[in-house]
Amino acid sequence: MSGFLTVAGLHAGYGAGRVLHGVDLTVEEGEVCAILGPNGAGKTTLLRALCGLIRTTGTVRLDGADLPRNRPEAVARRGVAHVPEGRGTFAPLTVEENLRVGAYTRRDRAAVAADIDRVYGYFPVLGKRRGQAAGSLSGGEQQMVALGRALLARPRLLLLDEPSLGLAPLVTRELFEIIRTVNRDERLTVVLVEQNAHLTLEFADRAHVLETGRIALSGAADDVRADDRVARSYLGIGG
Amino acid sequence: MNGTRTPTAAPAARAPRTRRAVLKPQGVLLAVLLVAACVAPFQLVPFRVFQLTMVLVYAIAVLGLDLLVGRTGQISLGHGGFFAIGAYVAAVLLDRWDVPYPLTLPAALAVTFVLGFALGIPALRLRGLYLALVTMTIAIFLVPLLKRFESLTGGSMGLTLTKPDAPAWTGLAQDQWLYFCVLLVTGGATLAVAGLLRSRVGRALAAIRDNEAAAEVMGVRLSRYKTLAFAWSAMLAGAAGCVNTWVIAFVSPDSFTSTLSIMLLAGIVVGGLGSLYGPLLGGAFVFFMPTMSQGINQAAPGVISGLLIIVIMYVAPTGLAGLAGRASAARLARKK
Amino acid sequence: MADFIQQLVEGLGSGAIYASLALALVLIYQFTGIVNFAQGELAMFSTFIAWSFVQAGVPFWLALILTLAVSFLGGMAIERIVIRPVEGAPELTLVIVTLGLFILVNAAAGWIWSFLIKDFPSPFPESALHLGGVSLNYSTLGVLGVVAAVMGVLYALFRFTKIGLAMRAVASNPASARLSGVRVGRVLALGWGLAATVGAVSGVLVAPVLFLEPNMMGGVLVYAFAAATLGGFDSPLGAVVGGLVVGVAETLAGAYVGAIGSDLKIGVPLAIIIGVLLVRPQGLFGRAAVERA
Repeated sequence: MSGFLTVAGLHAGYGAGRVLHGVDLTVEEGEVCAILGPNGAGKTTLLRALCGLIRTTGTVRLDGADLPRNRPEAVARRGVAHVPEGRGTFAPLTVEENLRVGAYTRRDRAAVAADIDRVYGYFPVLGKRRGQAAGSLSGGEQQMVALGRALLARPRLLLLDEPSLGLAPLVTRELFEIIRTVNRDERLTVVLVEQNAHLTLEFADRAHVLETGRIALSGAADDVRADDRVARSYLGIGG
Repeated sequence: MNGTRTPTAAPAARAPRTRRAVLKPQGVLLAVLLVAACVAPFQLVPFRVFQLTMVLVYAIAVLGLDLLVGRTGQISLGHGGFFAIGAYVAAVLLDRWDVPYPLTLPAALAVTFVLGFALGIPALRLRGLYLALVTMTIAIFLVPLLKRFESLTGGSMGLTLTKPDAPAWTGLAQDQWLYFCVLLVTGGATLAVAGLLRSRVGRALAAIRDNEAAAEVMGVRLSRYKTLAFAWSAMLAGAAGCVNTWVIAFVSPDSFTSTLSIMLLAGIVVGGLGSLYGPLLGGAFVFFMPTMSQGINQAAPGVISGLLIIVIMYVAPTGLAGLAGRASAARLARKK
Repeated sequence: MADFIQQLVEGLGSGAIYASLALALVLIYQFTGIVNFAQGELAMFSTFIAWSFVQAGVPFWLALILTLAVSFLGGMAIERIVIRPVEGAPELTLVIVTLGLFILVNAAAGWIWSFLIKDFPSPFPESALHLGGVSLNYSTLGVLGVVAAVMGVLYALFRFTKIGLAMRAVASNPASARLSGVRVGRVLALGWGLAATVGAVSGVLVAPVLFLEPNMMGGVLVYAFAAATLGGFDSPLGAVVGGLVVGVAETLAGAYVGAIGSDLKIGVPLAIIIGVLLVRPQGLFGRAAVERA
C-alpha cells in the first residue's frame, strides 16, 4: 500500500462497545484530509485510535512503519500531534508554557524559541497573552493555543478533532485559514475531523465520510461535495 | 454479586426465588456453624473460649465497618473511636452507677448511634478521602480526650471492673456465660444487618455504592441513607466496644489507638468486603493475627498485615465480591 | 507582647515542619489524586536512615543529603512497585493500599530499629538569638531556613526546568501531556520521589524535638492533613501557607486557651479540617473541587 498514513481494518471501541468496524483509509503526504460524518459515527474514536489512546486491532502505518499501540506518548514521539476535542489546555499554565509543553520532546532550544515566535506570528493575540494563564483565555484563543502546542512538536502528521467546536463562524474561518497556511508552508499532513462540512470541504483536499464505524465514501473534496448523499445529509442542500 | 442469580430476570420478580436458592447451600453451612458455635465452649479450655469470644467481639465491629465500606463504599478510619466510646459508656455506667450489665448495651448503642448520626451529617459533604481523614483525626483526638476527663474515665490508668458471673440457673462457668452473651449480640447484629440489606434500604445502599449519581437520579435519597449507614455502622462498632468491656473488664485510652481503627479496616479487607462471612473471618484476623505473630517479632503483626492488605488489594478487583462491581464500574467510567 | 511574638515564631517553626509534610502530600495528590496516608511513615523511615548515617559517623549535613537521595529513590521505587499496579483503581482501593503501606513501613521501622525512642541530634546550636526582649531559638530559625530553602528549590524546579514544566502539565491534564509526548509514568514516579524527599526533610527537622521512634510522625501527619486541607490539596503554595497557619494556630491555642493545654492541641487541626470542609471544601488556594468520574 502506498500513502503517508495508511489505516487498514481498524477496529476499536470502549470496553465491550465497538465503535469502529474495520476502517480503511489512506492519507497522502502534505494533504488536508477531512473526516466527516454524523454524531456517533466514530470520528473522535478514529483519531483516538490513531494516536494510541485506546486499544485497537488492525494496522496503522505512518510513512511505512507501524505506529506503537496504546502508548500515546510514543506515538507523539513519532511525529503525530493530536489536538483533542475540548482542546486539552493546561489551564493553570501560561500560554507560553503550554507551547513549551508541546516542544517537550525536542532538544533544539534555539529552534524551539524560533518556532514559538512563528506561532505568535500566526496568532498575534497569543503573543500578547503569552504570560497569561491559558485557562483564562476565550474558546477561540484556547483553540489557537492547542494548535500552537501541536505545531511546536514539529509534527509530520497533525490530527485535529473538531477545532470549530464552540467557536464563532468568523473565528473558525480564521483558524482554518491558518491551518491551511501551515499545511502549505510546512508541508504538514493534516487529518481534520469536523461536523461543519461546508467549511471543511472548502479547505480540505480530500474527504472521507464515516458512518457507523466504516468509511462510507471517499474522494477529492470537490467530488464529495458534489455527491448527492453528502449534499443531502451534511450540507443541507436539496431534498 | 452472586453467582446463583440470573442476571436477566427483573429485580422484583427474582427476589423471592433467589432467596430460597441462596439459602440452600448457605443454610447448611449456617446450621453447621451454629451447632459448632453452641458446642465449642463445652469442648474447649477456658482460654480458647476467651479467644473465640474475642473473635466474636471484633466480628461485630468489622460487621459494622463493612456496612459502611463494603456496602456503601464510604471509608472510615475512626471506627476504633466508636469502639472505644461503646467500651467507655459501658465501663462508666458499670463503674459509676452499678448499672446491670445487659442495660449497658442499649446505652452504648444509643450513644454511638447519636454520635454516628451527628458525624454522618458533615460526612455527607465529604468525598471518600476527606471522610477517611476526618474520621481518622477524630479517633486520634479521642485518646487525649479520654485521658483529660479523668474523674469519669480514670484517665490514662483506665477503669478496672469485675466480670459478670453466670446466673446460677445456667450452670455455666464465667467464660462460657460471657461467650454466649457475646454470641447472642453477634448473632443479633448479623441478623439485623442481613435483614437491613435485604430490605429496600439495602438496595438503596448498594445503588449508592455502585453509582452515586445514578442512585440519586433514580430517587434514592442519598443524604438520608448515607447518614443512616454511618450511624448504624458506628452503632455496631459501639456494640462491639460494649461487649468488649464485659469480656475484658478493663478499659484504658491506650487500648484504643488508631491502630485499632486500621486493624478493623484490615479485617474487612482480609475477610472480604461486602460478604456475609467476611466479618467473622475479619474478626478472627483482627484478634489472632497480632497475638500469633507477636512471637516472631514485636513488629511482625504490622509487617504481615501491611503486606496482606496491599497484596489483597491487588487481587481484589477480581477476587472480592463487593469490590468487583465497583472496580468494573470505575473502569468503565474512566474509559469514557 | 514579647511573649506573643515569641509564641508566634515558635508557631511558625512548627508550622514550617507541617508545611513540608503537607507539601509532600500535595505533590502526590496533584499527580495521582491519592492522599498518601503513608507519607508521615515514609518521612519517619527516612529519618531513621539519617540517624543510621549519623550513628555511623557521617557528618550531619552530609547524612542529610544522603538521606534525601535515598528517600528520592525510595519514593520512586514505591510508586513503581506498590502504586503502579493499582493506578486508576477506585478511591477506596487507593486509600486502603496507602494504609497498608502505612502499617508496613511503620512496623518495618520498628523491626529494623526497634520501638525504643532515640535521641536525634539537632544540627543547630542550642542557644538563642535575643532581639529586643524576644529570644529566638537558633533551632527554630534553622528549621525555618531549611524549609524555606527546600521550597525555593522546588519552586525553581517547577518554574524554570523542563521536567518541572512537564510535571505541572501532567498535574493539570495528564491525557493532554501524554499526547505531547510526556512520559506520564516517569513523571508520576518522579512526583513520588520528590514527595518522599520533601517529607524526609520534615522528619529530620521534627526528630530532635519529638525524639525518634516509629510512631513519631502520627501526630505530625494530622497537622499536615489540616495544612493541606486548609491550603487546598491541589495547591503547593496553599500547603505551605496552610502549614504555617496551622502551626501558629496550634501554638497560640496551646499557650493562651486554658482548656486546650498541651494535651488537647491535636484538637486544633481536627477543628481546622472540619471547619474548612464545611465552609470552603477546596481550601484557601485550591480550585473548586471537580467530581472525578
